[in-house]
Amino acid sequence: MSEKLKLALYWAASCGGCDIAVVEINEKLLDLDAAADILFWPVAVDTKYDDVRAWPDNYVDVCLFNGAVRTSEQEEIAQLLRCKSKVMVAFGSCACEGCIPGLANFYSREGVFERAYLTTPTTDNPDKILPVTRTEVPEGELDLPEFYNTVLTLDDVVPVEYYVPGCPPQPHQVWAVIEAIVTGNLPEPPAVVGASEKTVCDECERKKDVKKVKKFYRPFEIEPDPEICLLEQGLICMGPATRGGCGNALCVQVNMPCRGCYGPPPGVADQGAKMLSALASVIDSNDPEEIERIIGDILDPAGTFYRFGLSKSLLRRARVV
Amino acid sequence: MSNETFEPRIVGFLCNWCTYAAADTAGVSRMKQPPNIDIIRVMCSGRVDPTFILKAFREGADGVLVAGCHPGDCHYSEGNYKTLRRMTLLRQMLPQLGIEPGRFRLEWISSAEAPKWTQVAREFTEQVRALGPLDWKGTVLAGVPVALEHACATEVTV
Repeated sequence: MSEKLKLALYWAASCGGCDIAVVEINEKLLDLDAAADILFWPVAVDTKYDDVRAWPDNYVDVCLFNGAVRTSEQEEIAQLLRCKSKVMVAFGSCACEGCIPGLANFYSREGVFERAYLTTPTTDNPDKILPVTRTEVPEGELDLPEFYNTVLTLDDVVPVEYYVPGCPPQPHQVWAVIEAIVTGNLPEPPAVVGASEKTVCDECERKKDVKKVKKFYRPFEIEPDPEICLLEQGLICMGPATRGGCGNALCVQVNMPCRGCYGPPPGVADQGAKMLSALASVIDSNDPEEIERIIGDILDPAGTFYRFGLSKSLLRRARVV
Repeated sequence: MSNETFEPRIVGFLCNWCTYAAADTAGVSRMKQPPNIDIIRVMCSGRVDPTFILKAFREGADGVLVAGCHPGDCHYSEGNYKTLRRMTLLRQMLPQLGIEPGRFRLEWISSAEAPKWTQVAREFTEQVRALGPLDWKGTVLAGVPVALEHACATEVTV
């Protein structure tokens, strides 16, 4: 039997959707199994951290790492897997650019703790106990990983060869990436793989005309025409500032505006700033007061434009004073 | 840093046809103005990508000023209307990122308004001075790695 490819998969600060995305290649899982051994995959394989520590360096051919880095444990495992892997792949939006966990960067650690452990309506915590890294108990000391003030991305803590964007990466792209790995057809690193070089708008098949918007709507407020550009109908569609590759504007095909999960297109440093720029320029008014009024419809500009990319944006996080 | 010794550092994006000419006139006429504004000349205020402003804040600016021709007077007909819309939206977003509205200003100053330029420069400098240092990398991003940019950093030129 010829030597099979060795794969490792890991989840850090993520929802588990990226692991599901791997399973979504369906019957091709059998092809994957024929070509590769999965040595480490916490969601599916019972390998312990100490097993990983025991491997020689560069033992794994490719590590698909999903999730952002927000605790010291995640950083430690990222470094461990980096040592053990020849190729490190930031798999999915969280590992690439922070994604939804990265929205915590609008708050401080104290703010996150207060909300999660004290003020949520379903929380019952009369002693106001918050996580600490070290706790004394009669049996001895207990350790918890440190929770960072800022959600980091994988390439903040280790060098990364490839980036697979998407929340989650779409199955056809996951398979394309696995095929490239198995056949040795990965491009020169660092590179974004499993996505296109165009924007979502470029790939969207809706009718596009001059964009002149007098009022912005939230998706539940209108039933949009299924043929016409959603932005022209006043829905905030992130298509102009989002990398394509999801499959001809997947969300837009079902009448939902693009939320921007494939991250910024090539050459763009800050997806939010580009979206802000594109959106403001379609407002159909030259009157300051009317412009203010139209912009007032956009309830959460930063959260909308940086829904997936705050951790990797230029400012990286909000200033909390 | 105490506010008595704090000298704000402000980045000013000025349009070539109006505000830059006004600032130039103010300079050659030896009008008194604060030295705190680092001027970047752009062909039109409509050229000012919000990316530039966020990058200025990240790289150490305490305030950012964008100034161009009066509405209706744009050398390119309507570039400054786009500026108006973009900057209105940006001004709404900046507080969500913890940047006070007072650190950002949009002004219309024609080439004939050198005195207005000096007045805006003075006012804005004092306003930012009162807000104190921003020091994004040193305080907000303290302990956060900032060397690596976005995934496609190799292609990013901004």
